[in-house]
Amino acid sequence: MSNMATRTAYGIALAQLVQEREDIIVLDADLTKSTKTCDAKAMRPLQHFNMGIAESNMIGVAAGLAASNKVVYASSFAMFLAGRAYEQIRNSVCYPNLNVNICATHAGISVGEDGASHQCIEDIALMRVIPNMRVFSPCDEIQTKAIIREVADIEGPCYVRLGRGDVEAVYDQSSTHVLGKGNILQKGEKIVIFATGLMVQETQKAARLLKEKGIILTIVDIHCIKPIDEELIVKMANEHEIVVSCEEHSVIGGLGSAIAEVLVKKACKKMVMIGMQDCFGESGTPASLLEKYHLDAASICKQIENLWNE
Amino acid sequence: MNTIELRNHSYQIRENIIRMVANAKSGHPGGSLSSADILCVLYLEIMDITINNVDSQNRDRFVLSKGHASPLLYATLFEAGILKEDLMSFRKINSKLQGHPNMNYVAGVDMTTGSLGQGISCAVGMALANKIDGNDHRIYTLLGDGECEEGEVWEAAMSAAHYHLDNLCAIVDFNSLQIDGCIKDVMNPTPIDEKFKAFGWNVITIDGHNYEDIRSAFQKAQTLKDKPTLILAHTIKGKGVSFMENNAAWHGSAPNDEQLEMAIRELKGERK
Repeated sequence: MSNMATRTAYGIALAQLVQEREDIIVLDADLTKSTKTCDAKAMRPLQHFNMGIAESNMIGVAAGLAASNKVVYASSFAMFLAGRAYEQIRNSVCYPNLNVNICATHAGISVGEDGASHQCIEDIALMRVIPNMRVFSPCDEIQTKAIIREVADIEGPCYVRLGRGDVEAVYDQSSTHVLGKGNILQKGEKIVIFATGLMVQETQKAARLLKEKGIILTIVDIHCIKPIDEELIVKMANEHEIVVSCEEHSVIGGLGSAIAEVLVKKACKKMVMIGMQDCFGESGTPASLLEKYHLDAASICKQIENLWNE
Repeated sequence: MNTIELRNHSYQIRENIIRMVANAKSGHPGGSLSSADILCVLYLEIMDITINNVDSQNRDRFVLSKGHASPLLYATLFEAGILKEDLMSFRKINSKLQGHPNMNYVAGVDMTTGSLGQGISCAVGMALANKIDGNDHRIYTLLGDGECEEGEVWEAAMSAAHYHLDNLCAIVDFNSLQIDGCIKDVMNPTPIDEKFKAFGWNVITIDGHNYEDIRSAFQKAQTLKDKPTLILAHTIKGKGVSFMENNAAWHGSAPNDEQLEMAIRELKGERK
């Protein structure tokens, strides 16, 4: 399996979908080459509309199309959808429960050199708080393609969080994918890490470093943040001493918060949240940013080692 | 429909608006009354919507972008024989008649609205869908003049012209008042007609209380090709109830029992 950005996988899956279904309409806001909806446009130009640099209107138009029996995929950067068009998503899409799939690329600090203005680290929090909204955060090509196909048939709105940079494959064609269910990638003891998006790969890299030190922890990939896999979270919490969440997002309101909400109700455990610690990012290469903000494999490894030895 | 029949219907719509708002002790009478003649003509003469086709997409549709005028929409749907709910449940707990319209609660409410500026974008999406599907039915949307202060209105206007949505007809209820006072004092959105023209729309200016004006504007809009049409309707906020007319205080407040009685008496007088 080659490395591929989740946005690229989205573009491929969507280009396939528009050929299969005439009721799918794709909207973009002048970023078709970045979000990769250009692939769908090339396949079915009549099913793709560029709405220009006007994201709020784009979401309203998506709602109107969905109210006319279309299944809509609307794309831009996460910042300009979850951020700028938040209230349109809330009031025109989620409140009437319309079939709009908001596929937001360039999420998280791995956007890199563009800097903090373009690094959306609040989108999971903003999207999961809205009633009717489902929130997906795939980690690799295979998982992204599966989710992009599946959201076409989900009644109501979905938010799919996609990344800019190439990421290693976590799954292969033989992997079983059940929408909404967490995947246990590695079984260990004492510590369970729940990771999402590209932090799944960073966690796996950290696990390899930890293995050399004799530390074997459990890793769970959570691709669906809402509704979250409560059953698995409770089961894992009960089987381990410490729960760790790992996300390329603020530690406020994201995956960590979603897990904590389950734990305080059903399985209180010591918990550590790895993520952006209530701060903005900055310009830099994705790798240097992950390192600086303690989201890279080495940082995760160190934090886990400390917890292990407590 | 002759003028007397239309006047009777718009009287009934206005009476129901006042009764609903008074009964709920809240709501927006001013901007509901100002658009009553427009919606009366639109639903009873222009749009091909009836109780029999209300659940179909194969009919004209309407988006109340100025969603706070919900009493007007409910009263008009009631007058058109489409809405069967008890109008007096408006704004009450467990009611389908929400303070701002919800498309999933009421057949005939074609879009959930309330947050200003968003309805026109949804109407653009619906018009675009009809173009994609080769569906010849038209999409109508009603905006407030104050609503035109929202930037999204102009994003929507740009996109409707860009995609040549001549099946879209927007009406701006130009009553010159918004909650905080005169639109020109709060944040002047004029000239609304010149702005829409500059955004690539046909513009028709009318007296929004003259049935013939309203009817001919809608009929003309149906014949205009390649561009969307804006009908700029000069209206009187609170029209039909003297103490509500041209008074921003009645944008979002309810009459008490005494005021209700006075209002109904006046409306009856005008009906004769």
